[in-house]
Amino acid sequence: MSNNEIAILGVGMHPWGKWGKNFVEYGVAAARSALQDAGVPWRDVRFVSGGGTVRCGYPGYVAGATFAQALGWQGAEVNTSYAACASGSQALAAARAKILSGACDVALVVGADTTPKGFLKPADGERPDDPDWVRFRLGITNPTYFALYARRRMEVYGDTPADFAAVKVKNAAHGFTNPNARYKRKFSAEDVAASAMVADPLRLMDICATSDGGAAMIVSSLDYARKIGKGDAPRIAAISTVTPTFASELVEMPDIATDSAVAAEARPFRAALPAKAYEEAGIGPEDISLAEVYDLSTALELDWIEDLQLCARGEAAALTRAGETSVGGRIPINASGGLACFGEAVPAQALAQVCELTWQLRGQAGERQVAGAKVGITANQGLFGHGSSVIVKA
Amino acid sequence: MNAPIIEGLFSVDAAEPVLLGSRCSACGTYYFPKQSNYCRNPDCDSERFDEVPLSRSGTLWSFTNACYQPPAPYVAEEPFEPYAIAAVKLEREQMIVLGQVVKGVGVDDLAAGMTMRLVLEDVPGVDGERVTWKWQPVEGA
Repeated sequence: MSNNEIAILGVGMHPWGKWGKNFVEYGVAAARSALQDAGVPWRDVRFVSGGGTVRCGYPGYVAGATFAQALGWQGAEVNTSYAACASGSQALAAARAKILSGACDVALVVGADTTPKGFLKPADGERPDDPDWVRFRLGITNPTYFALYARRRMEVYGDTPADFAAVKVKNAAHGFTNPNARYKRKFSAEDVAASAMVADPLRLMDICATSDGGAAMIVSSLDYARKIGKGDAPRIAAISTVTPTFASELVEMPDIATDSAVAAEARPFRAALPAKAYEEAGIGPEDISLAEVYDLSTALELDWIEDLQLCARGEAAALTRAGETSVGGRIPINASGGLACFGEAVPAQALAQVCELTWQLRGQAGERQVAGAKVGITANQGLFGHGSSVIVKA
Repeated sequence: MNAPIIEGLFSVDAAEPVLLGSRCSACGTYYFPKQSNYCRNPDCDSERFDEVPLSRSGTLWSFTNACYQPPAPYVAEEPFEPYAIAAVKLEREQMIVLGQVVKGVGVDDLAAGMTMRLVLEDVPGVDGERVTWKWQPVEGA
């Protein structure tokens, strides 16, 4: 499958936080950092692929062009991909297609966001045809969905709130020394239990925040990588951005009902994302050294571990309790600290996951380094049938 | 009876309220909210639908609550009171439907597998009282 691979020459991030600056600043900082890491001159980049953002006005809708102009127009082609939480992966997939088709050698992929405070809320006005408006009118917020999935784990597998808190404690310990993380404190199970209940069984510290941040990478053909002496750079072996398959099994944000499974079997969406990535890369879960998963809630990390087939259904809490998902364990999950330590910067987040895998596979992750990391996988899911899973190989 | 919180989602019938869905006349797939233009089953290209009432009771799949007041367009009681939310699986429709749980029933009163029934309850609206559907545990079921 190596004819489908591209090289990651350089990665960069602007630290996550609530900085209140224009999103373009974060993207430019991340892009410049990635260019420097790659040792590639800006004028050699012939394709700029941006993850779109919907909360920053017109420049956010045309993010690829916005970043290209900010870095200095030099005649490259541009693209903007919007796919909710998978925007970064879709932008990366566009760059890969361009490179594999031979249309360019080197591309910049970049995503950045500036987020408002508090609950994410729908656009204004009376809009009963918009499912997002309908669910908010009925009192169903984002944490409602995370909590329904979490409670289901308790009812079916016997997971406890203490199991969920253990995920936060583990991720907090991972992200403690990550210079790009927003929350750098070693929270305890007592801290989690003392935080306010938001949507039973999830407390404030079980749920990820929204953040500002930016992430970028320079990717190229393998030939170009060899030409500049970076033939051993980490490679992208798979990018899965499949949609759900009807009938979707779970009630997904922002819907108020699932598909009806009368005429077609109910199918899980999350698990389909890594399944396609494994198939594309020609590897299996047994080959994975570490995973970066979308812990919008602590309980959701446990779902992802099972969706990635890293353990059997219902066993992720026990795996976590045994320390196997910590750095030093059998299969470290969210060595970066995950969304628990970052908060979510939507168009940058899927790229941030790939940045972490790149540092890990190069052995440059400092105190959170996973020893001997060879293959990493990411997984995320967002609104309206968007999601992604990316496999990176050393 | 007050006007519904959102038009067209349910019948305002105090004795036997129902959610108003639709059903593809070709493949039988149910929809809630109603779908009347195109069937989303990838193996069906039907554009004909019948309006149907959904089952009035189902099995509790999962549940949670809202401890904080949601943003607009939610209209909250003053002062805000947390409320429980249920995800109820309807057997005939093979579909899970969300909704608030009736006042006075909290997460400690719920367990997956319970039988839940659809009822109507008044809620605040922007300009006066409205009515919405809620799920209520069926005693002794």
